[in-house]
Amino acid sequence: MKSAVIQLPGLNRDRDMIAALKKVSGNAPALVWQTETELPDVDLIVIPGGFSYGDYLRCGAIAARMPVMKAVAEKAAQGVMVMGVCNGFQILLECGLLPGALMRNASLRFVCREVKLQVANANTAFTRGYAPNQIIRCPVAHHDGNYFAEPETLKRIEGEGQVVFRYAQGTNPNGSINDIAGIVNTGGNVLGLMPHPENLIEAAHGGTDGRALFESALSKVA
Amino acid sequence: MIKARVIVTLKNGVLDPQGKAIEGALGALDFSGVGSVRQGKVFDIELDTADKAKAEADLKEMCERLLANTVIENYSIAIT
Repeated sequence: MKSAVIQLPGLNRDRDMIAALKKVSGNAPALVWQTETELPDVDLIVIPGGFSYGDYLRCGAIAARMPVMKAVAEKAAQGVMVMGVCNGFQILLECGLLPGALMRNASLRFVCREVKLQVANANTAFTRGYAPNQIIRCPVAHHDGNYFAEPETLKRIEGEGQVVFRYAQGTNPNGSINDIAGIVNTGGNVLGLMPHPENLIEAAHGGTDGRALFESALSKVA
Repeated sequence: MIKARVIVTLKNGVLDPQGKAIEGALGALDFSGVGSVRQGKVFDIELDTADKAKAEADLKEMCERLLANTVIENYSIAIT
């Protein structure tokens, strides 16, 4: 499985993402700068976290209009797997690859802590390495993770099993509607999530609960 | 040249935690009777054209494609 990491000015979690992909797949991901209009032939495209364009206008808004995102959208339409973490999730929402929006945390505070996640749908290409409803640990670090969708959209994504991760055991850090932490598109090949699974994949991180997500996405799970 | 002001506001029903915080701060300054505060954004835009119809069409497209996130925000355009 080959992967690529999208790079934009202001993203700062790309190194962690590159390390995680390399650790789990055994291969270094291709790095693709924002001005590229074509992507290499890969199985998984990852948009890491950070503060692209300084969060100007809205988180992810400027990044979503960069040339590389058009190429990402084309790949997504072909069925290539795309994963956006934190700012990457915001970018996927801003470019319309996923439904809804992420707003300022209800507390108005930047939150940097560990939360519990429930694997609400373990039947996706990203989560098949987990057990249904498994509770995992995962770090979060964001200011705008308060997921919102209009009632009809919310009903649709809940009904279609598109909610993949929920904050569990009272650990919702941002006021997100229905405790939503991560969603997939209708095709199931585009995932966006606020927590940082790339920071919990080896013993040195203090836990490995995020590893199964990478193993699933990189087809390391039977 | 055409000058325009675009105002982007959160839709009704969308929680505005920043507006709520400002509302609380106004209360702390002893302003009574502040029913609610909603925070928005203002964009002053200058366009190199004299064609008002084109300017309006362009501004609308700018709002739809970038200035507003129409999932959570409304926009209004005023050409001055």
